[in-house]
Amino acid sequence: MKPRQISVFVENRTGRVAEVTRILGEGGINIRAASLADTHDFGIVRLIVDRVDEALTLLRSKQFTALDTEVVAVEIADEPGSLAKVLAILDQDNVNVEYLYGFTERGAQKAILIFRFENTNQAVEALERNRIQILSGEELGRL
Amino acid sequence: MKNASENRIWNPEFECLPVEAIRELQLKRLQETVRRVEEKVPFYKNRLREAGLNSDRIRSLDDLRRIPFTTKDDLRDHYPYGLLATPLDHVVRIHASSGTTGKPTVVPYSRKDIETWSELVARLLVAGGVTERDIVQIAFGYGLFTGGFGLHYGAEKVGAAVIPISSGNSERQIQIMKDFGTTALVCTPSYALHLGEVRKELGLEVKDLSLKYGLFGGEPWTVKMREQIQSAFSILATDNYGLSEVMGPGVSGECSQQNGMHIFDDHFIAELVNPETCDPAPLGDQGELIITTLTKEAMPVLRYRTRDICRFLPESCLCGRTYMRMSKVLGRTDDMLIIRGVNIYPSQVETALLEVEGIEPHYQLVLRKRGVLDELEVRVEVDEAFFTDEMKKLHWFEEKLVAHLSKRLNLTPRVVLVEPKTIERTVGKARRVIDLRDEKNA
Repeated sequence: MKPRQISVFVENRTGRVAEVTRILGEGGINIRAASLADTHDFGIVRLIVDRVDEALTLLRSKQFTALDTEVVAVEIADEPGSLAKVLAILDQDNVNVEYLYGFTERGAQKAILIFRFENTNQAVEALERNRIQILSGEELGRL
Repeated sequence: MKNASENRIWNPEFECLPVEAIRELQLKRLQETVRRVEEKVPFYKNRLREAGLNSDRIRSLDDLRRIPFTTKDDLRDHYPYGLLATPLDHVVRIHASSGTTGKPTVVPYSRKDIETWSELVARLLVAGGVTERDIVQIAFGYGLFTGGFGLHYGAEKVGAAVIPISSGNSERQIQIMKDFGTTALVCTPSYALHLGEVRKELGLEVKDLSLKYGLFGGEPWTVKMREQIQSAFSILATDNYGLSEVMGPGVSGECSQQNGMHIFDDHFIAELVNPETCDPAPLGDQGELIITTLTKEAMPVLRYRTRDICRFLPESCLCGRTYMRMSKVLGRTDDMLIIRGVNIYPSQVETALLEVEGIEPHYQLVLRKRGVLDELEVRVEVDEAFFTDEMKKLHWFEEKLVAHLSKRLNLTPRVVLVEPKTIERTVGKARRVIDLRDEKNA
């Protein structure tokens, strides 16, 4: 099952992102990765958490607009050139990347990349064909 | 400041009629009008019959109040030509005005109506000091709205030179004002204030322009705004009032006394009523202005509810005109807003939002001043129905909202996406409009 990322709509005023993380923290939700995409008037907070459905319920109960999006999580070696290699593979197959962010995994000497693709299936097929390690939702949650 | 032209009267024979003669003329024209609509307009035929009335029963002006009101909804329900009293062939012009939902209110004119309209606007222009020697710059939008064309035809009738520049492009307005030697400016009061600032920004002095008169309408304005406009351009600034549904500009206009607008009583009967009880408002009290047309051919209206609140000023005027004066508009009895001279109903916004992706978001209108001009902000709550994870899709959606609202409202708003439940709900109903502009009807 593909990993589900949580996206939360926040207005561009102080305290909104902090509020999102506070709610999750109080709910015992563990955030694995976070990114904030911002623009003039609003932002989208994107989170990888350990318990997606609980997190959604919590946020919605506090009047936040949140949804979950299917993303692709890729595990690569934590060394120079790793990211470039993955992107080259995607390029070759004309796979369109909507956005991506990454974080390293201490101890395992690995890095995780979270991708949002225009065409998820096309991307997964290309990555698998090139033997890139793809993580399932469960595996991502367990990190 | 006062010179001879400011005391001129366009049509003294009618504008200075003794009050008794006005009343006689009004009754005669009212009877003719009721007879015509009874015969030619099924809507009025039914309305009158339901009220137990017919034209024979209109024997005095007091009988007017037995006639039921005509409302904006009635006009909307008979869109587009349901209230025509002449064959469509006789119509030579069709104007339209903002409707409460998507559909505009349609106003057709016969050739005689256009002539009447020109005559009325000529009156208000002359009352404001304009003569055939003037060069009149009309910075009202030309189009379906009655402002541009209305003032144009009136100015032409007076014999002035008309510059049909329409609205917008402020720097060019000032350039032309200077180069063409404009002596009279016609636009909304807030636009006049704005042009005053642009003039300063361009480094021009008042003496670099030839302006003498300003005739402003389309939105409420305060005494303070008048003072600011008069000093920004060193002009005599007068107010005028009208509404498309009964004609357009040319229902009433201020003379150089600048103390209330003379209602052209030979062409309209104006009443003031208590908007709740619908009884006549006692003289001196404010009330809702109700207008009956006396000379309209293509689309006469009986007792039209303008939703504008004002007061009558019955004292005689030094100018010699005998028509009743009305105060400036003090407010509305409905929720209509005027933003930069454009009439907007919150329900129009609702309809427009629904048309975009079929969503019914909670929304709120915030009105502010950006400098001297009005700005409309439409705040839209982002709920699960249209939230998307992709930034560019949200942006695109925001842009689509702006484009669609602009089309529907004839005004470009700012759209701000906000979190759910940030828009106040009072007893289950959202507070739809927050008006932060200070200078309202004072």
